[in-house]
Amino acid sequence: MPSTSGRQDSNGCSPVVAEVFRLRTLLRISSLLFVCTLLVSGAPEKHLSVYSTAANYSVPLVQREGHDYVGLLELLEPLGRVTAKADNSRWRLRYNSVQAEFDVDKARARIQGRDADLGGKFLIENKRGLVPVGSLSALLPRILGGPVSLHEVSDRLFIGSVATHFTASLSGDNPPKLVFHFTAPVNPTIATDGGVLRMTFSREPLVGPASPTLTFGSKVISSATYLESNGAAVVTVNASVPVIALFANEGRTLVISPTSTPAPSTTPAAATNPPPTPPPAPAVPPPAAPAPRRYFAVVDASHGGDDHGETLSTTLAEKDVTVALARSLRQELESRGISTLVLRDSDANLSVDQRAVFANADHAAIYIAVHATSSGHGVRVYTALLPYGEDDRGPFRSWITAQHPTLPLSQSTASAVASELQKRQLPVRTLSAALRPLNNLTGPALAIEVAPQGSDLSQLTAPDYQQLVTGAVATAIAAVRDQLGNAP
Amino acid sequence: MIPRHLIIAFAVLLAVALGLSLFAWHLRKNATAPPPAAAVDTRPLAPPVSGPSERVVLFIAHDDDGTLRGESAQIAMPSGRQQRAEELLRALLSIYLDKNSPHHLGAGAEIRSVYLVDPGVAVIDLNSAFADTHRSGVLVEELTVASLIQTVSVNIPNLLKVKILVEGKERDTLAGHADLTSYYDVAAVNQLATQLQNGQ
Repeated sequence: MPSTSGRQDSNGCSPVVAEVFRLRTLLRISSLLFVCTLLVSGAPEKHLSVYSTAANYSVPLVQREGHDYVGLLELLEPLGRVTAKADNSRWRLRYNSVQAEFDVDKARARIQGRDADLGGKFLIENKRGLVPVGSLSALLPRILGGPVSLHEVSDRLFIGSVATHFTASLSGDNPPKLVFHFTAPVNPTIATDGGVLRMTFSREPLVGPASPTLTFGSKVISSATYLESNGAAVVTVNASVPVIALFANEGRTLVISPTSTPAPSTTPAAATNPPPTPPPAPAVPPPAAPAPRRYFAVVDASHGGDDHGETLSTTLAEKDVTVALARSLRQELESRGISTLVLRDSDANLSVDQRAVFANADHAAIYIAVHATSSGHGVRVYTALLPYGEDDRGPFRSWITAQHPTLPLSQSTASAVASELQKRQLPVRTLSAALRPLNNLTGPALAIEVAPQGSDLSQLTAPDYQQLVTGAVATAIAAVRDQLGNAP
Repeated sequence: MIPRHLIIAFAVLLAVALGLSLFAWHLRKNATAPPPAAAVDTRPLAPPVSGPSERVVLFIAHDDDGTLRGESAQIAMPSGRQQRAEELLRALLSIYLDKNSPHHLGAGAEIRSVYLVDPGVAVIDLNSAFADTHRSGVLVEELTVASLIQTVSVNIPNLLKVKILVEGKERDTLAGHADLTSYYDVAAVNQLATQLQNGQ
């Protein structure tokens, strides 16, 4: 057997030295791979935040071929009825009545028979159709039929006119207060670190001012900066002393003030993190304080998507009339200073459970479902007919009888609405009805069913008639606003 | 030359074949044509009921003014509670399926069964035609549901809750509005019936 100890390779190294060198190299490569794996697994998962009138949500992003990709089906699912079918290398998507075709590894798609540029290859992974995030600003307007705004750097997508704007101004000198006014209620996550207060808006469609840095010329609160990244907007307030944030005006106003300042008569936010030292007693939210409501009223356009509701005529479905009535009601309520959300502002599928969850989570002071019908005359105002109940369990309310504690307030609100409709010479009835999701709502809730005054069905789509009805409802809600605002 | 008797035999056989063909065609025509009366009357056949005639109260929905009115009727009632409940609802349905109905239901609507499964619990099982052909609307559906439950609960005492099924299965709504996922509280429906007595 030949000995290897005395042999040398072409570089003049003995085999033992060469073996050690190879082992070291292998060890270095392994260590490098291990560190890379750790870095990759530790990196935060990227996601795209989507803001729309139907829902605010986020979808995960994956990186392929140097681009961020998003699953088109997951993106569209909360917005309307969407189906997809993979057929060899072709992927067909149907969103409501819009059809689109994508081919694997091709950078062009066809939407309603017309070409669209994706700016990168279309991919299929586990039957998921992936498109480059950058292509959404071109793709979505043609699929959704409306404008979208993509903030690609920060992975934020705005569908329709949903953006929340804000202004910031300093008031008072000793001590100064920085007052933020938002165009819609907000509920950011707040963190403080000495004189730096950071507000992270991950659920709100907040957009920044013209300049990302605002200076206030004060030694106490010197500046605020706006930044967007990874699906969220962050406003950072820089101060020389510890500061605290207090909400007012139903979440539309945020007051930043030094912690030594006596708290103004505003509602502290449940999300507010008090500064480390010293925690001012009046600003600490009570443990059981409810989250601030984003909207005073939630108006629910009933039915939608596959659920057409009553077929009012060969060309008119109830779901279309309810959207028009809901929008009219929002306008009437907002003109009376009542912040209002239309729960279904497009032809989207929303289950009754989803509607209830949204209204409950938002702590709306009043929920109004809108229905339309061809039978009867005038308007019917309904409150929940509670089913045979299950008992609440401890702090948990029974889902089917969640409305029970608030039913008297719902009924008095319904009476106020009926009274206002009567004043306008509209035939009206108040009834209870087993009409979901009224029984699942924890706050005051009612439904209106609008029929024409006479036999002419076209009245249901007439703006004058719609405004007559919604104006009366809004006037009544405004009249009982204080009662509703104090409701739990 | 063909013999004469063969020609006569062939002619006779041909005449018989033609006659049989005509007869078969006539039979086939009669067999495929539907009986004229069945196409018009889609009301469920009333099962034979043995029992004395009784005065009961049926709660009848009226679409013209959106009311529910209790009206007395004399119908033959069986002795069993469950059969009585079924008979009551079938009597109610025969009114709704009549051409002069105050609250029309779709053709073929039927009550499959009524079960009194537990003390205080009634389950009304409708057929699919009842729900599929029902008009959509909050009030119009509510009138139907209240009419069924009120009629059963007033005439069959001690009911606490009522569940409505369609073809033996739970369904979300009757026709897009009236909730069928939960048990109806008989006491709450009694109050609703009072509200529904006053029209628009």
